[in-house]
Amino acid sequence: MATVEVSFTALPAHVRTARLVALAVARRAGVSDDLLDEVRLAVGEACSRAVGVHQNKAQHAPVFMRLVDEQDRFTVEVVDVGPLEAAVTGADLDLDADALAEPAPPDAGRDALPDILPPGFGLAVISGLVEDVSVTSEIDGTHVRMTWPASDVMAPTAD
Amino acid sequence: MDLSLSTRTEGDRTVVTVGGEIDVYTAPKLREQLIDLVSSGNYDLVVDMENVDFLDSTGLGVLVGGLKRVRAHEGSLRLVCTQERILKIFRITGLTKVFPIHSSVDEALKATD
Repeated sequence: MATVEVSFTALPAHVRTARLVALAVARRAGVSDDLLDEVRLAVGEACSRAVGVHQNKAQHAPVFMRLVDEQDRFTVEVVDVGPLEAAVTGADLDLDADALAEPAPPDAGRDALPDILPPGFGLAVISGLVEDVSVTSEIDGTHVRMTWPASDVMAPTAD
Repeated sequence: MDLSLSTRTEGDRTVVTVGGEIDVYTAPKLREQLIDLVSSGNYDLVVDMENVDFLDSTGLGVLVGGLKRVRAHEGSLRLVCTQERILKIFRITGLTKVFPIHSSVDEALKATD
């Protein structure tokens, strides 16, 4: 079992670094090419969410990411220090298209419009993307665990 | 890869060409660009995403925000995208029902629906 661990200051700029590291380790773990985009997006969503949680609740605490290359699978775990928002599942991706296309109030200034996408949307995207995902609230915070199948590239060959 | 943005006018529409990665770090730049365009009276936008390499839910939120802002002026926001990796996130989130998605800038410029 090979493990790479990364902890980073909760800044949006570091999310890209986390994605790149995860992608490199996934590739080395033997995750098939057609799953790599999924890994990149899911890890990005998990880390963006964690950064958002820390910026609200624990700016100085680092976000933690653990990448585990096991024999036939590759697991990414992203841990933040915050409590889990209301349980989310893939079902929450059922956005109200009409509501989203509603015009902004005419007096909307330059600030971000409030709550364009529902809270927990990033997690819902992960659930929609990744077959094997668990989100748990533990004593040290919320753990998002995502697992992909990987070929055993390090196994000795038969010859 | 960072985010690249450029805009040009085509008739009564404005084409925003986006390249690179739209994520939690770069999405605010795209949001500023869309807000600038709307505040200067450009309400019919075509966002060309053919050179976008990565798009996450933060980016989706910015696009929906842009749509809401142009709709406040009875405008439109059309997307140009043929890349499967980008289309996938629109599909799994159901946002294909919210945005008209075209396969070329020309098609988006001609579209009237």
